Amino acid sequence: MSLRIGNGAGFWGDNLDAPVAIVKSGSLDVLTLEYLAELTMAILAHVRSKNPAAGFVTDFPELMPRLAPFLKERGGPAIVTNAGGLNPEACAHAAAQDLVAAGLEDWPIGVVTGDDLLSWIPTWISEGILFPHMETGEPISTVVDRLVCANAYLGAREIAEALAGAAKVVITGRVADASLTVGPAAAKFGWKWDDWDHLATSSVAGHLIECGAQATGGLWHDWSNVQDFASIGYPIAELGSDGACTITKPDRSGGLVTTATVAEQLVYEIDDPACYRTPDVNVDLTNVRMAQDAADRVAVTGARGTAPGRELKLSAVYRDGWTASGMVAVVGRDAEAKARAAGRIVIDRVERAGFVLENSLVEVIGAGDVAPGVVRVSPPYEVMLRVTVRDARRAAIERFCREIAPLITAGPPGIAGYASGRPQPKPAFGYWPALVPRYLVAPKVQVRTAREWAT
Amino acid sequence: MKRIRLGDLAHARSGDKGNRSNIGVVANSAAAFEWLARVLTAERVASYFAPMGIGNVTRYELPGIHAFNFVIENALSGGASRSLRLDTQGKALGTLVLELQLDAPEDRGS
Repeated sequence: MSLRIGNGAGFWGDNLDAPVAIVKSGSLDVLTLEYLAELTMAILAHVRSKNPAAGFVTDFPELMPRLAPFLKERGGPAIVTNAGGLNPEACAHAAAQDLVAAGLEDWPIGVVTGDDLLSWIPTWISEGILFPHMETGEPISTVVDRLVCANAYLGAREIAEALAGAAKVVITGRVADASLTVGPAAAKFGWKWDDWDHLATSSVAGHLIECGAQATGGLWHDWSNVQDFASIGYPIAELGSDGACTITKPDRSGGLVTTATVAEQLVYEIDDPACYRTPDVNVDLTNVRMAQDAADRVAVTGARGTAPGRELKLSAVYRDGWTASGMVAVVGRDAEAKARAAGRIVIDRVERAGFVLENSLVEVIGAGDVAPGVVRVSPPYEVMLRVTVRDARRAAIERFCREIAPLITAGPPGIAGYASGRPQPKPAFGYWPALVPRYLVAPKVQVRTAREWAT
Repeated sequence: MKRIRLGDLAHARSGDKGNRSNIGVVANSAAAFEWLARVLTAERVASYFAPMGIGNVTRYELPGIHAFNFVIENALSGGASRSLRLDTQGKALGTLVLELQLDAPEDRGS
């Protein structure tokens, strides 16, 4: 018995056609769509602060009209997504309207909530829970007045529960990325929640496909040997009830799946490989091995699991003033020196207008500033000047936004590319990773038909 | 002494977690992995990225796929939502680390 799980989105903003392409030619049992980076939650929080009915990933409901014909014709695949973001019920409502319009009134949609803990944080602080920042150790009380979201990373159980309750679409808020894959596997194979090695293997599978094309040739170092980037195939994990795992991609798609492309993804955004933590299982990756079974097929073995911790990761975001960034091109034999001078002019002018900026950064892209000082580059003839600022005072940022354009006439020669207008002030956010005891978190699963969600 | 570019022995990928970045370095062969285990220390990687003002570097090993994972503290001047840098997520570090030059041994086997 096996299960083919394909991932058609690795972040919000990923290729809009990928979910359709992988459903069309991937022979999938399950489609996962992973949208939520750390930064995404800050964006959703900002959107929700303006409109309480928003705060989910709008790309997902927009996909429904394109996927509905396949669902109707084939009865599947099941879809599991964290597109719900900060508002899974509103996301279900929007997706259900499209399913109903496509004649799928009875399509069962499961919604997982309970990850959103924002309203509880002040109470829990008063009860003595500190939620210390995982990197700095500071208590969350220092930013509690400015919190815009605080979500626990839920695991696979509620996804499996929704699927067992006949849901064919499962929409969650914040869940661990790998759990999008573990949930359907556990539901299909009836694994127990202490079947650590099976949970570990499926977590590895989920980790390998969660970033979409990063497993199938995207970002691969040998990029000039990747065939057809423009139609790159998104990754598929074939899981067996016995814990087998093979990573592959749709036939005749672009990209490639080799032990090298998959190995690069295994090490992506991990910490201690002896203890890759998810809400479902702690995974030991150190003895994971990969074998090229056939073209574009890599078998992954050796993941070992142990019981996860008694706390879940908490991902909170707080308001942190305002930010803006402006860019112009600078050309000429002194391009780098002129760009640095122009950057100083901007900051000086904001200062003379009465604002000593709390944070400012002048980068000369093309002169080595992506990672300042690490790699020496020969003097470039053209560079991009990028000036970026952050300040608690919106007025300071607004003033900054008016000081880029004058460089065109009142700065050094050879400045070009200021046609796109003034930069706009944007809210700045800070990220607060912490831990929350599991007993405080009460996940909830609701399965209803599209018709019911749509009303 | 002859110098070897890390990118001739390995490939790499990087990303972010909060204000940390991790760089996964995958050796091209078992022999390269064994040699790099001796010379590509956390200290070596820390000194390479020192001009960026990074914090502590920890090295982990994944011998099953001949890989190392370098976790770099304070690599992103505040992290994705807060940093002023263009590369707020440390995406470029995996490519940059491949330019690291190592002293070649006189009689390297592979």
